[in-house]
Amino acid sequence: MSKKDLKLKIDEFSSAVGSFKGVEIEIGRIYDDSWEEPMGPTPFPSVGTLRNWDRKLLDRYKPFYMPFCDLCCLCTFGKCDLTGDKRGACGITMAAQQSRIVLLACCIGASTHCAHARHMLDHLMEEFGREAPIEVALNTNVEAPNIRLVCGIKPNTLRDLEDALDYVETQLVQLVAAAHTGQEGDNIDFESKAFHAGMLDHVAMEVADIEQITTLGMPKGIPDAPMTELGFGCIDPNKAVIMCIGHNVLPSVDIIDYLMENDLFGEVEIGGLCCTAHDNSRYNTRAKVIGPISWQLRYLRSGIPDLIVVDEQCIRTDILIEAKKLGVPVIATSEKSMLGLPNRTHDPPDNIVADLVEGKAPGALIIEPKKVGEVAVKTVLGVAPTRKDYKPLSGDDIQEMAEHCRNCEECVRACPNNLPIMEAVQQAAEGNFELLGDIYPACVGCGRCESACPENMPLITFFNKGAEERIANEKFPMRVGRGAVQDVEIREVGRGIVFGEIPGVVALVGCANYPKGGIDVAKIAEEFLNRRFIVVATGCAAMDLAMIRDEEGQNLYERYPGNFDAGGLINIGSCVSNAHITGAAIKIANIFAKRPLRANYEEIADYVYNRVGAVGVAWGAMSQKAASIASGCWRLGIPVVVGPHGAKYRRNLLGRKEKDEDWMTYDARTGEEVYTGPVPEHLFYAAETAEEAIVMIAKLVMRPNDTTKGRAVKLSHYIDLHKKYYGTMPDDLQYFVRREADIPFTMKNEILEYLKEKGWVEDKIAIPDPTLLDRMVRRRE
Amino acid sequence: MAARMIPGQTAEIAGPKKAFVIPKPEVAASLIKRAKRPLLVVGSKAVETQTMDGDLIDTAIRLHNTGRLQVVATAHIVGEFMKRGAEGIHSMQMMNLGDRLRDPDWRGLDGEGAYDLVAFAGTLYYLEWLVESGLKSFAQDLTTISLSRSYQPNANWSLGTMKADKWKEVIDVIVKSITEDN
Ligand code: SF4
Ligand code: SF4
Ligand code: SF4
Repeated sequence: MSKKDLKLKIDEFSSAVGSFKGVEIEIGRIYDDSWEEPMGPTPFPSVGTLRNWDRKLLDRYKPFYMPFCDLCCLCTFGKCDLTGDKRGACGITMAAQQSRIVLLACCIGASTHCAHARHMLDHLMEEFGREAPIEVALNTNVEAPNIRLVCGIKPNTLRDLEDALDYVETQLVQLVAAAHTGQEGDNIDFESKAFHAGMLDHVAMEVADIEQITTLGMPKGIPDAPMTELGFGCIDPNKAVIMCIGHNVLPSVDIIDYLMENDLFGEVEIGGLCCTAHDNSRYNTRAKVIGPISWQLRYLRSGIPDLIVVDEQCIRTDILIEAKKLGVPVIATSEKSMLGLPNRTHDPPDNIVADLVEGKAPGALIIEPKKVGEVAVKTVLGVAPTRKDYKPLSGDDIQEMAEHCRNCEECVRACPNNLPIMEAVQQAAEGNFELLGDIYPACVGCGRCESACPENMPLITFFNKGAEERIANEKFPMRVGRGAVQDVEIREVGRGIVFGEIPGVVALVGCANYPKGGIDVAKIAEEFLNRRFIVVATGCAAMDLAMIRDEEGQNLYERYPGNFDAGGLINIGSCVSNAHITGAAIKIANIFAKRPLRANYEEIADYVYNRVGAVGVAWGAMSQKAASIASGCWRLGIPVVVGPHGAKYRRNLLGRKEKDEDWMTYDARTGEEVYTGPVPEHLFYAAETAEEAIVMIAKLVMRPNDTTKGRAVKLSHYIDLHKKYYGTMPDDLQYFVRREADIPFTMKNEILEYLKEKGWVEDKIAIPDPTLLDRMVRRRE
Repeated sequence: MAARMIPGQTAEIAGPKKAFVIPKPEVAASLIKRAKRPLLVVGSKAVETQTMDGDLIDTAIRLHNTGRLQVVATAHIVGEFMKRGAEGIHSMQMMNLGDRLRDPDWRGLDGEGAYDLVAFAGTLYYLEWLVESGLKSFAQDLTTISLSRSYQPNANWSLGTMKADKWKEVIDVIVKSITEDN
C-alpha cells in the first residue's frame, strides 16, 4: 500500500459562498494498493505494538547492567545518586536509568540515519524526480525487506520512501519523549523501546541506501563488484589531495563529478575516511579509501591532505583546529555539523575559493553539493602548491620533544587501551622509535593521550613516525560495497542456512574502537571464511578486514569470492547498508520459507530467531548508531557480539544456559512447550578478547531448527575452535547435543564419554518446529 | 591516600559510593582468608602482568594451590593455566560471570554455593570497572576486592594506584600471607 498525494487544482469555482479563482486543494495522501500480498497484523507499529515479542526475548535474555555512571543529571532535581537500591527524585531506579540511556543512544543512532536519509531523499528527489523508480539489486523482487516488513508498504518510487521516513520520524519523537523525567519507569519497557528504535533504524538505513543505489549508479547487489584501493599508501601525495570524512556521500559525489567533467583525476586525489569513503568507491572506484574512522587524526598528521571536506557523523569536532595546524582549509557541508563556519552557500564559487586559498578564512560552510564540488576542486588546486614545502616533524624534532617527557603517565591513563605511550616516548628520547611504531596498529586514534599530556606532545604524529615504513606500504585491495543480497542468492542458500548445513552467517560491522587494533577483525573474518561460513561486512570493519595478507601477498578480498554463499566474503557497503544484512535474514524467511512478509514483524522475527544462524559482530562498536543497529538486530532475533569497549553500552542481554525453564519453545506442530536448549545463548554479549569472541560466535550460530547434520557441523566448529583458543573441550556440550547423531563423527567417542560424565540424556532437548508465538501454533491447527 | 585513589583511567572516576583503599597487603589477605567462599577472577591481561612468581598466572596458581580460594580464568585464558599443569581452574567469560555473580541463587562454579567474596586481578581495567559497577548496584551482599595495580572505584575494596615494582611486592605479601596460614 503506497500513499499518493491527491492534488486538485481548480481554475475557477463559484458557490453560494462566493466565487474563487486558482484554488488548490491538497487532500493529504491516499493509498494506492497495488501490492497483492494481504496486509499483515502490524503495519506501521507504534511504540507498544511489538512489546509482547520484545518481552519474550527479554525474558530469556535479561539485561546485566553495568552502570557507566552512578548518577543521573538529566533534570534540575538532580544530580541523583542511583547506586544500589536508591531512587532518583523522579522515582527512577538504576536499572531503568541504564535502559533509559540505552534508549537515548538508540534514538540518537536511529535519528542520525533517518536525518541522513531525509537529507539525501530531499536532494535526490529534486534532482531525479519524485517518481524516479527505485532499483536496488539485480534478480530481486523484494527490494525493501525492512520497509515491507515494518511498514507494510512496497515502495516503487523515491516518493514512496518518504512514507517510511515519515513513519520513522514520528516514532522517534515518541521514543525520545519516553525518556523525559517522569515518563517510562520500567527498565524492560525502556529496553523494548530501545528495540523499537533499532527496528526503526533499519527502516531508515534501508531508505538511505536504496536512494543512493537507485540514483547514483552504485553496484546493484553484484557479487563481483569492482575492487578499489584502501590504505595510506594508495594516495599519491604528489597530487593535490582532498580528504572527505563522514557518511553522507552527496558532496563527495559532486567533487568526483567535477573531477570527471574537467578531466582532473590526473592532478587531484580524492580519498575518504569512514562510510563516505565506502560510498565514494561505490560511486566511482577512482575515489580512494584511506581507512576507517579512527584514522582521521593520523592521516591529517601525515600532512598529506590539502583540503578537508566533512559531511556528517563521526567526524572529529576539532577538525578545524587540526586543519589550522596544517594550513589546510575545511569545507563543511551539512547543517548538522556547521563547525561555526560562515555560510557561503550563496556566494559565488570563485570568491569562496579565493578566500580559502589565500587563507583569509579557515573554512566555509556550503550546503549545496554541486557548489561543494566546484569549490573543493578549485580550492585544492590552489592550496596544494602552497603546501609543497610542508614538512611533518622529523625524527630529530620528535626526539627533542620527547626529551621533555615528565614521566607523569597521564597519556597512559588517558588511553582507552592503556598503551605503553610513556615508555615509547622515553625510548624516542633516546632516538629509538620502535615502540612508537608498535603502538600504531593498536591505537584507535582518539587523541586522548595528546589532550592529557602536560607537555602538549603531538603523540599521534610520534606514532606515525615510528610506523613510517608500515604506513607507506599500507595499500590493500577492497571489493567495493555491493549493496543488497539478491533474491536469487537467498533462494540458493536459504536451505543450507536454515537447516544448518551452511554453518552460519557472520556479519562484521561497525566502528573501529578496537581493544587491540583492527587486525582482530581480519582474524575473525579469516577464521570463519576458512570454515565456509558466509561472512558479510560493512563500515569500518569491512575496511579493517582487508588489512592482512597471506604468504602469497593476497588479502581476504582477493582470496574469497563476493557471492552470498558458503565461504563468500561480501562487502555490503557503508553503515546504512547494514539494512541489507537484516534484509537478507528477513528475505530468507520470506523468499525461502515463504512466510508472509507484509507488516508481519513478529512471525518473521520468530522465524529468524529460531532458524537463521546469523550473528552480528561489532568488534569496535563505538557510536550511538552502532547501538541502534545492534538493537534492530536484537528485535529481529539476531545476536550481537561486541568487543570489550562495547560493555560501555551499559548492559548486556544474557541468557542463562543452565536454567532449563528459560529455554522452552512451542512446537508449532503440536502446540506442546518443549525444551530446546540455550540456542542462541545470548542476545548481546561483550567479549574480552577476540579469541573469546570467535568461540562465542561459533556457539551463537546454533538454532533450535538445526537438523542433526547441521547441528553436527556447527558443533564441530564450536568444539574445534574451543580447543584451538581455550586449549580445552567446551564444558557445556550437554546443552547443545540433542541426540547422538548431532555429535560430529570424528569426535564421537571423546564427546560421548564427556556427556556421560555430565549425566546427559538423549532426547532431553527437543527438535520441534520451533516458535515462541502461540498464535503460530493455532494458525497451523 | 588521595594519590592512591586516582583511577587507572583518567575519566573512570568514582561515584558517590567508592572503594576503600586497602591500607596494607595484609588487610587484603585477611579479607580473603575470612571469607567463607572466596573466588579469584583472573583476567585476560594476566599473562602480560609480571609478578614475583613470573606472571600473574603463576601467582594465581600459587594461590590456587593453597586451597583457600577458587580461581576462575576469564576470556580464553584457562589454557594458560593448563599448559602450566594447574588443575581445577574454572573458566568463565567475564560477562557470564558478572551476570551470575549478581544472582543470589547461583550456586557457584563448583555448584556448592554462592560466593561471598570475589577478588579481581589481571583484567582489562575498564572491563573490571564496569563489572564491579554492576555488582556494586546489583549484588550488594557480595564483597568485591580489586587487586589491580590501579585503583578500582567500584569495588568494595581496592589496592591503591602504585608503581609496577611496588605492586609486585604487595601482591607477593598478600599471597604469602594467605599461604602461610595454610
Ligand atoms: S531525571 Fe530523575 S533521576 Fe534524573 S536528575 Fe531528574 S529526578 Fe534525578
Ligand atoms: S590516540 Fe591512541 S595511544 Fe593515544 S590515547 Fe587514543 S588509543 Fe591511546
Ligand atoms: S603525558 Fe606527556 S609528559 Fe606525561 S608521560 Fe605521557 S608523554 Fe610524557
